[in-house]
Amino acid sequence: MSNVTKPDEPTRGLSRRPVEITTALLLIGLGLLVLYDSYGRGAGWDNGPQNGFFPARVGWIFLAASLFILVQSFRTENRVFVSYEQLGQVARVFAPLVLFVALIQPLGLYVAAGIFILVFMSIVATSRWWAVVLTAILVPLACFWVFELQFRVPLPKGPLEALLGY
Amino acid sequence: MDDFSSLMAGFQVALSWHNVGFMVIGVVLGIIVGVLPGLGGPNGVAILLPLTFGMDPTSAIILLSSIYWGALFGGAITSILFNIPGEAWSVATTFDGYPMAVQGKAAEALTAAFTASFIGALSGVILITFVAPLVASFALRFGPAEFFAVFLLTFCSFIGMGRENRAKILASLCIGFLLAAVGLDSISGDLRMTFGSTELMRGFDFLVVVIGLFGVSEIMLTVEEGLVFKGKQAKIDLKVVLRTWAGLPRYWATLLRSAIVGMWMGVTPGGAIAASFMGYGLAKRFSRQPDSFGKGNIEGVLAPETAAHAAGTSALLPMLALGIPGSATAAVLLGGLLVWGLQPGPLLFVEQKQFVWGLIASMYLGNLAGLIIVLATVPLFAAIMRIPFSYVAPVILIVCAIGAYTISNSIFDIWLMLGFGLVGYVFKKLDYPLAPLVLALVLGDRAEDSFRQALLGSGGSLKVFAANGLVTTLVGLALFLLLWGPVMDGIGALRRRGRAVEAKAAE
Repeated sequence: MSNVTKPDEPTRGLSRRPVEITTALLLIGLGLLVLYDSYGRGAGWDNGPQNGFFPARVGWIFLAASLFILVQSFRTENRVFVSYEQLGQVARVFAPLVLFVALIQPLGLYVAAGIFILVFMSIVATSRWWAVVLTAILVPLACFWVFELQFRVPLPKGPLEALLGY
Repeated sequence: MDDFSSLMAGFQVALSWHNVGFMVIGVVLGIIVGVLPGLGGPNGVAILLPLTFGMDPTSAIILLSSIYWGALFGGAITSILFNIPGEAWSVATTFDGYPMAVQGKAAEALTAAFTASFIGALSGVILITFVAPLVASFALRFGPAEFFAVFLLTFCSFIGMGRENRAKILASLCIGFLLAAVGLDSISGDLRMTFGSTELMRGFDFLVVVIGLFGVSEIMLTVEEGLVFKGKQAKIDLKVVLRTWAGLPRYWATLLRSAIVGMWMGVTPGGAIAASFMGYGLAKRFSRQPDSFGKGNIEGVLAPETAAHAAGTSALLPMLALGIPGSATAAVLLGGLLVWGLQPGPLLFVEQKQFVWGLIASMYLGNLAGLIIVLATVPLFAAIMRIPFSYVAPVILIVCAIGAYTISNSIFDIWLMLGFGLVGYVFKKLDYPLAPLVLALVLGDRAEDSFRQALLGSGGSLKVFAANGLVTTLVGLALFLLLWGPVMDGIGALRRRGRAVEAKAAE
């Protein structure tokens, strides 16, 4: 949290133009995929509109818009899109988040949430260890109380909950 | 008169003990959602929507719409005390709100903002009360072609009136339509664009998309900025409130103007964001001291807040009367109506009278409750902002994941949420607007159905969209709105060029 860059410092990072171009190319690919699928199933008229009729038309408009964006993207001002430092910050949130979702299937949501909080707060490292551990225990418990007991919404559970009889 | 008695019956529904309870809970939750970075109106409603499936629809919509009011109020707190707009529509509030807080007039600014919000919302609700039933009864005569024309009008006005790059608005709309098309086709019963995946057979649930786009991506953006909250203190006491209220009648023209702008922008989907900036701009233009704006002028707080709330509230008018939401949050609420088995649109006023009027009555009460609650609890909510982000962020992300999971009990949906989080992050940074995507995703099936039905009726001829006066007018208006933006841009560019040439000649 302490690394706030001053605005006048030259920052190093990903430039905007390549990101714009890549995004536009991805959208074009998506448009082509839609058209391929729609025409594959039939996008014409067979006693009525076939089921690819509407998506195909939207697909063409989408393709045109994406091509236009691609042309525009070559003219974008090439300033920094995201600095490497910012990218690092985002990765510090995103990596634990991916771990969290990956652990839900084998361990259940509550345990995964606890581990997520432990990892996330240790990486960000602004709190004392006991506060981190306490949060990692209390938040899943609170979630369990709210969702499982009050709203009666069953969330994915794992071996620990099975051990406790849920 | 008939409507009046319906409204009174609605008040009876809304004033039952448990509905008032839901209203208070909703407003408080909404303020929290509005204050915390990474949550917001659409996201908060999306996460809670699956939890209300078991509730009585009237109570559920009262709870969810109260979250919406609360979120609208909450945005002002962070804008004024922390200079961080909790929502895009409170950006304009920071211009004068934060300077006022710096000068030690935070309580005054907050009171002005909340009161202005209330006035804006109230004008929106009054508009809904009187106009929505008329629109609905008019729309009862609509056929599929007319409905498609109204959808077209909605989408075209998005493109024409949008502030963002028009090609990007169009692309965003198309993505929404295409996502809506994935899965089982409701008419032919065939699978579309699933590419053999069983998980995609269900299609993309708009709630998962909303939670990813608006929740996860927002956290990522917040983290990027480093996050140091430096807030101003605020304590509101009755004396300040009364003093500020006593001064408000002087600004009646500003309030009225902003309310009208807001209502207009809300009904046509210009949206609360555009409305707040327009309200601010107009207040500055008509002010006798335009230079004092941006330095702590109370009018600079009143105008954008009134306009934003009038727009946010009026956005529910087309949703109720036509089944077309005017904002992203309204789109989420509309999705909720569909889940509860209610068909939004003109028939709602005939078939679900009690529901509609209960909701409208709750809008009056919810906003009044909201005003009282925010005035009483500002210090509490300002304290929430002081909780370190390393605690808040994981909790928000866990709640997002739970929200995504509960929609159809699928872990795949949580992965989708992550994916849309990344998409939202990149899209926001590249100025692709997200609201059109969500609207098109929610409306996609209905727009496609009316399009196909209209074409079926005419044997495939597009002439059906110019078959009678009504549909021709609607389509004509849609095309006009679509072309309005580009034409105005063109004129602006020509003028600038002309001026440059003149300047050169003068040299």
